[in-house]
Amino acid sequence: QSYIYIYHVMSDVIVPWDRVLARQLRTNVCGSKHIFQRAWSTHVTRKVSSTAGSNESNANSTGDSPQHDIAIVGGGMVGIALAASLASKPLTKHLNVAIIDNNPLLGRKNIIEKGHLPDPRVSTVTPATISFLKDIGAWKYIEEQRHAYFDKMQVWDYTGLGYTRYNAKDVDQDILGCVVENKVLQSSQLSCVQESDLQKTIYPARLNSMDMLPSSSLTGLGEVPSTADLFMRGRLAKLELSDGNNVYAKLVVGADGSKSRVRELAGIKTTGWNYSQNAIICTVEHTVENFTAWQRFLPNGPIALLPVGDKFSNIVWTMDPTEASDRRSMSEDDFIKAVNDALDYGYGPHPETTSSGGSSLSWLTGDVNISAKERFETPPKVVKLSSERMMFPLSLRHAKDYVSNRVALVGDSAHTVHPLAGQGVNLGFADASALSRAIAEGIALGTDIGEANLLKRYEAERKPANIAMMAVLDGIQKMYAVNFGPLNAFRAAAFHGAHYISPLKKRIISYASGEQSLPLFS
Amino acid sequence: MNQMQRILSARRLSHSLIPQSCFLHRRWFSTSETDASSPPLSSPHQKIQTLEDKASNKSRSTASATSSLNEQELAKFSAIADTWWHSEGPFKPLHLMNPTRLAFIRSTLCRHFSKDPSSARPFEGLRLIDVGCGGGLLSEPLARMGATVTGIDAVDKNVKIARLHADMDPVTSTIEYQCTTAEKLVDDGRTFDAVLALEVIEHVANPAEFCKSLSALTIPNGATVLSTINRSMRAYASAIVAAEYILQWLPKGTHEWSSFLTPEELTMILQRASVDVKEMAGFVYNPITGRWLLSDDISVNFIAYGTKKE
Repeated sequence: QSYIYIYHVMSDVIVPWDRVLARQLRTNVCGSKHIFQRAWSTHVTRKVSSTAGSNESNANSTGDSPQHDIAIVGGGMVGIALAASLASKPLTKHLNVAIIDNNPLLGRKNIIEKGHLPDPRVSTVTPATISFLKDIGAWKYIEEQRHAYFDKMQVWDYTGLGYTRYNAKDVDQDILGCVVENKVLQSSQLSCVQESDLQKTIYPARLNSMDMLPSSSLTGLGEVPSTADLFMRGRLAKLELSDGNNVYAKLVVGADGSKSRVRELAGIKTTGWNYSQNAIICTVEHTVENFTAWQRFLPNGPIALLPVGDKFSNIVWTMDPTEASDRRSMSEDDFIKAVNDALDYGYGPHPETTSSGGSSLSWLTGDVNISAKERFETPPKVVKLSSERMMFPLSLRHAKDYVSNRVALVGDSAHTVHPLAGQGVNLGFADASALSRAIAEGIALGTDIGEANLLKRYEAERKPANIAMMAVLDGIQKMYAVNFGPLNAFRAAAFHGAHYISPLKKRIISYASGEQSLPLFS
Repeated sequence: MNQMQRILSARRLSHSLIPQSCFLHRRWFSTSETDASSPPLSSPHQKIQTLEDKASNKSRSTASATSSLNEQELAKFSAIADTWWHSEGPFKPLHLMNPTRLAFIRSTLCRHFSKDPSSARPFEGLRLIDVGCGGGLLSEPLARMGATVTGIDAVDKNVKIARLHADMDPVTSTIEYQCTTAEKLVDDGRTFDAVLALEVIEHVANPAEFCKSLSALTIPNGATVLSTINRSMRAYASAIVAAEYILQWLPKGTHEWSSFLTPEELTMILQRASVDVKEMAGFVYNPITGRWLLSDDISVNFIAYGTKKE
């Protein structure tokens, strides 16, 4: 075979004469214009290189590094959700997936004892997420564990100027959401993955570094190129783990949380700011069962009381950092008193129960729905603290891009939001669902999984929706961060309006339930 | 006008009117044949360029004239042909249309060959030919779907680019690319389970003969898929008036509206070539989302799937 040098305009094609030279060429890629090509004949077919002989087919099994289609970095709720979603689709369930997570217990048969106290790390899953979990077959496992549906929500603030009650019946639904412990969500989805046909390998290690090379031709490599060769020619990304293993995959998914290493290594920038607030979370107990989600906006941040099942509830209390460390270290009894105070008469009066619908506004309010007629209720009293108090800082963060060459971000690595509306993980589940759908569509149409167009389609679907939700949540947070008379009255009036104007309320509930992904235009 | 005059007038037209960036639209008067049917541009309406420079498959060659044309054309197109696979480059509209075409092909061929549509490689074991493959935009996804693919194009540069790109992925490196014509393959006695000729027939001198060649390449009870532009008022408005004169996405004279085929004519021609058209669909472009969708609207771009009689 004779080789011809041809001046080539495609600057991303390089020829690795050997590995060292390849690295040098890579850094000078724009200047590289030489390419080796085989002599062209009109009948150009791929010849099987006979040099390696019949050993080629065995090379993969002995000593060659394993190749995966997708490497999911981060085995939390959202990372496992992606794996479970891929496992549930016929087009993707044959894929080979690697899950990289530092937690050594991941994947071991974890049996959660029935009688255990609820973990304070819980999430509120919206009806849209519940259908996603049903679709992937995880919901049946969740129902075997402690979980709490709720169909009512009451939101009010410390000024006593108004309150809003939401009822699932306003939108002809049975529930507004369900509160589930994070570890239950994670283990249920993992059970789905483990029972499926999906080829999965769990690597209990941390990601140290990641590398992708530009694409180049595979000519001369023989019938079955080795993993290392495929990496050198840009077909695979290489992940170096903390235990020394190298993982090769066509697509790397960053599901590793708000301090994502994948995002950092991919060079994806973020915007955002820290809220000058911390949140304290804990589990508390009542004397009666709680079926309502309660949220009261206080001067320094909202306190939320969410039912978790049996007579337990979860508290998410946002406040400024000094208060937070005080409240965390104070005695249990003092803390319980503070909580009851915050939910009751602390900081301000109860709003008055207003009678249903002023007659002068009936043309606007139309069909006054059920919850508008409901009276203001006081939340159930907390009698006992059932877990340690955990504290974490709050911030808003958004990745400028969700995708990059052979990389996609899902969940908190792409977006971190304020917990005030319980939306965070639901956005993550929606990301996982959208990405697995994009991958399935790509495979159906013969696309290479790591290809930019496929990933961009995922980004185009999720980015606007996530940004819209973040804007709404941030807006609410900022609106409540100020204690100023006229603003308080305006806020209350807006609340009142939302409480009584049924179409608006229906939209709010529908948006919060995940039924529509954009607050407007849907 | 005789054939030669049409070629020359078309060339004059192209030289004066086509801006440098639009050369890619020009069809090659290339290696072996000339086709004097229409001015040398292949583009469906609006932003889609078929951009697969295709010559017809009639071999009425005036060799000396074409070989001199070739040298010049080749030199001009070398840089542009490299942009086949740049998804944001001049071929972007074709990249956007590709998934839609593939969706139609996948669904009809899975049904035709009774393959499981939810399998990741439904075309395993099937031999497909992509006539007028260009840079291989269609051939590669078909290979990933498991098919044994042959891609042919009358333009040598396209075949080279296709080969280079296909060699970057082990799955697609098995595609066989040839710089040849459908007629030549018929003479060689090749046959395939399914024959695809997307955005080719509007540039062919004799569509009836072309369809006969396609049919000859198809095994009995095999499948044939063609796509082209409708000869309708709407196509005139969008592909010619809007695209060429108002928005100037294409050079004036790009399309010879009279060389478009209506679905009825295409069906009839295929019928005469022993291919029964079973399904047709239209492509509609949504300028807001920038996506193509399959629809029942065959008034501008349409794709037809037919089966070869026994």
